[in-house]
Amino acid sequence: MAEPFLIGEAMTGGYGAADILHGCTIAVEKGEIAVIVGPNGAGKSTAMKAVFGMLNLRQGHVKLAGEDITGLSPQDRVAKGMGFVPQTHNIFTSMTVEENLEMGAFIRRDDFSDTMAQVYDLFPILKQKRLQPAGELSGGQRQQVAVGRALMTQPKVLMLDEPTAGVSPIVMDELFDRIIEVARTGISILMVEQNARQALEIADKGYVLVQGANRFTDTGAALLADPEVRRSFLGG
Amino acid sequence: MDFLNALVVFLNFVFVPGLAYGAQLALGALGVTLIYGILRFSNFAHGDTMAFGTMVTIYATWGLQAAGITFGILPTALLGLPVGIAVTALLVLATDWLVYKFYRKKKAVPTILVMVSLGVMFVMNGIVRLFIGVEEQNFADGERFFISAGDFKAMTGLTEGLAIKTTQGVTVVTALIVVAWLFWFLQKTRTGKSMRAFSDNEDLALLSGINPDRVVQVTWIIAAALATIAGVLYGLDKSFKPFTYFQLLLPIFAAAIVGGLGNPIGAIAGGFVIAFSEVTVTYAWKKVLTYVLPESIMPDSLVQLMTTDYKFAVSFSILILVLLFMPTGLFKGKSV
Amino acid sequence: MSRNLLLFAGVGLLFVLTGVFQSWNLALSILLMGLLSSIMALGVNIQWGYAGLFNTGIMGFTALGGLAVVLVSARPVPEGWAAGGSGIVAGLVIGAVSIAVAVQVWKRMPKGMGRNLLVPAILIAGFMVYRWVFDPAVTAVEANNPASAGNIGGLGLPSLLAWPVGGLLAAAAAWAIGKTALGLRSDYLAIATLGVAEIIVAVLKNEDWLARGVKNIIELPRPWPVPYETDLQKSAEFIDWATRWGFDPQGASMIVVKLLYVLLFGLVLLAVIWFSERALHSPWGRMMRAIRDNEVAASAMGKNVTKRHLQIFIIGSAVVGIAGAMMTSMEGQLVPGTYNPLRFTFLIWVMVIVGGSGNNWGSVLGGLLIGWLWLIVESLGPALMGQLTSMMAEGTLKAHLIDAAPHMRLLTLGVILLVVLRFSPRGLMPEK
Repeated sequence: MAEPFLIGEAMTGGYGAADILHGCTIAVEKGEIAVIVGPNGAGKSTAMKAVFGMLNLRQGHVKLAGEDITGLSPQDRVAKGMGFVPQTHNIFTSMTVEENLEMGAFIRRDDFSDTMAQVYDLFPILKQKRLQPAGELSGGQRQQVAVGRALMTQPKVLMLDEPTAGVSPIVMDELFDRIIEVARTGISILMVEQNARQALEIADKGYVLVQGANRFTDTGAALLADPEVRRSFLGG
Repeated sequence: MDFLNALVVFLNFVFVPGLAYGAQLALGALGVTLIYGILRFSNFAHGDTMAFGTMVTIYATWGLQAAGITFGILPTALLGLPVGIAVTALLVLATDWLVYKFYRKKKAVPTILVMVSLGVMFVMNGIVRLFIGVEEQNFADGERFFISAGDFKAMTGLTEGLAIKTTQGVTVVTALIVVAWLFWFLQKTRTGKSMRAFSDNEDLALLSGINPDRVVQVTWIIAAALATIAGVLYGLDKSFKPFTYFQLLLPIFAAAIVGGLGNPIGAIAGGFVIAFSEVTVTYAWKKVLTYVLPESIMPDSLVQLMTTDYKFAVSFSILILVLLFMPTGLFKGKSV
Repeated sequence: MSRNLLLFAGVGLLFVLTGVFQSWNLALSILLMGLLSSIMALGVNIQWGYAGLFNTGIMGFTALGGLAVVLVSARPVPEGWAAGGSGIVAGLVIGAVSIAVAVQVWKRMPKGMGRNLLVPAILIAGFMVYRWVFDPAVTAVEANNPASAGNIGGLGLPSLLAWPVGGLLAAAAAWAIGKTALGLRSDYLAIATLGVAEIIVAVLKNEDWLARGVKNIIELPRPWPVPYETDLQKSAEFIDWATRWGFDPQGASMIVVKLLYVLLFGLVLLAVIWFSERALHSPWGRMMRAIRDNEVAASAMGKNVTKRHLQIFIIGSAVVGIAGAMMTSMEGQLVPGTYNPLRFTFLIWVMVIVGGSGNNWGSVLGGLLIGWLWLIVESLGPALMGQLTSMMAEGTLKAHLIDAAPHMRLLTLGVILLVVLRFSPRGLMPEK
């Protein structure tokens, strides 16, 4: 089998002296959705941050389209085509929606108006509110701004850290629909989710992490069907 | 007629001086607030940066005057201003590189940075005193008045005159231009927007590929320009004395905090709030009242709430009131 | 420990060298200022080292200490007091009461329009009554023999008594500032104290009824047991003693007076250190440091951080006030014009930082070392600059450089502060 488009392989590391990840592997294929789930403190977000270069790995490596990017800074990874949406503080609250998108495209020197139009097509509400400060929007709309901002660099991979944290179930469903739409345009999605069941439903690939290591890895549907996964991680 | 005379006295002694002083404070507070927003500390060296910039401008002015170049009815110092700004910008950039950068990389707590800025203040203060001394310097030239009190009386036939000093006019016009430019820069340009983004959410700005070093450099250059312009305008309007500039730190900080630290619009509003309060509280209102009150209830005293020696108490009291009742300032500033 | 002893020995050597090569009188003068600065530095260290509070108003607390000396030990002016003393006191009381009433109304009344109107109304009315009572009293007091008095005078009590009073005045001011500015961002305390210091000095300069403003108060009595040099020189016993040891009586009298001051100040210094060290190692001190190191955790553990900060801010300021009173009673005069933030606020900060913040002995070392540097440069600077410029041609530049030599002090201190903060942020004697 050919190597996945983006893979963090056998990653071991943490923020300080103690390791949080222990040989954890996360990968995503082109245009697919991969979801990382697991109990609190399992290192889900840490695994994603490791893939994005926000912590130093002691072992393992990260490859994007076959190229080893383990040594690159997050900024350099953005330039290589990775987009990242942090869990909190993921928008510029005092700036307008449009300015948020412009800042997302900061590294681009070319004309990015079509990308902006695409983002507005994807999230029509943002077009309506484009001159409003992003801080005045509702929780779900803010998440759309955050995703839109990350899309402005036309990434090949979009990484989302708990995009549905703190939004209502209806908004969550809508956000997942959008994420599927993004994936259909050929962008790979790597996502950490607290709402494991709903997330696995849209996932091509699911990773269940426990204590910084892979416990189960399968397609989303298979994981949902697995009685042990259901019992231990999906609440029956 | 009496009412008009009262109005003219008010304009002449309260409004016009307050407007000019407010503009100077606003420019100073803008510098403080920008540094606070981007570099996240209260820069105690700002008063002495103003003094340094003014000093360089004074030297440039003297040079121009010696070469026989003047600016017609306007002060020659305006021609010397670019030199002052350039040299001050170089100085603060060097300071940043030599001093502040280290603490920024270390993510030092704000108090340490404030203390470091005290050290920088010492050094700048020393440099200024070493070069130009501690004495008062008067470097305003050109026409003294746009409108003199005598002309005004002749024009309007009123008993009271309204004098507008050239330096007051220059101050207000310059401040308007500078503020308009600054807001255009912050709102419309890529670099300006990146500065706002950096101030709003540093981590996300870094994630978006905004170069922090460049943001910091541009901030210092703008702060140096604002400090120099504010200092030169103040020096033209009043006079240049290094220690006075150190003392300006209090009203400037008061202005920035009243407006909401980190918020440029707040800094401007704060500058005028402080300036007008100071002038209103320390002005002897008797002259205005003589025109509007009947003689029978005319007070004997000067009707001065506080003597000018206590003008710092005014900015201080406003500062305390704001800290007590709205710690983020009139316009929402950054966190308390 | 040996390293610390070595450091103190080194500083001691500086003073000895000054005595040998310059004069013992100068060495002792510098030592006295060094001791006073050390006490101030201890006060600041209590605030900064123990609690991380950034006080930039040290000058104001020093000046309040000086004011205490005038109020307690200056010659009474009964005529002045009779002319308007009661009016001034009544005015001040009215002012304080109206503020207190306004605060209480603000606290007790429900939010809303009524409160928003009533509180300013109380304050404005209070201010008008205050001026109405206060102004004529001030005019009356200042009219009394303005050439030599024009103030309400002091109590004529011994100067030593003024020292604790200086501490109390400073503590009261600290309470007022701390109540408003503590609990907010750390920078705000710095800005608020900077402002308060300027205002205190402005009051001293302008309120002639209080301490004669810029006309200065002179001839304040000396603290017990320090005699006057002239009295010593007249005393047969002293002349006898001096000649027996082969001293010149005039010089010896100056030295003896200074030594007595050194003794007195040294005792106070030791007392302050003893209390500080006791406090630092008590449960209270451990709690303070816990708060400093992690405010969030400490407040989560139920510690009232703001209240503790207020306590320590008051204590530290009181220590500075005591030192300020000691200084004024040594100088025998209160000259408001000499209070300058660079000398009385920022110099003390340099002492604390260089000495080692959080370490009491470090503050003392810093006080003595930086105090020595500050004063020695004053006397040696021009000579040094003369040496440096001796190769230059005579001219305005050379004259300017020699004139400007005193300003080198600021530059040097700034550089020292920056270098220490950068390369040795824990100072010469780091906190244990």
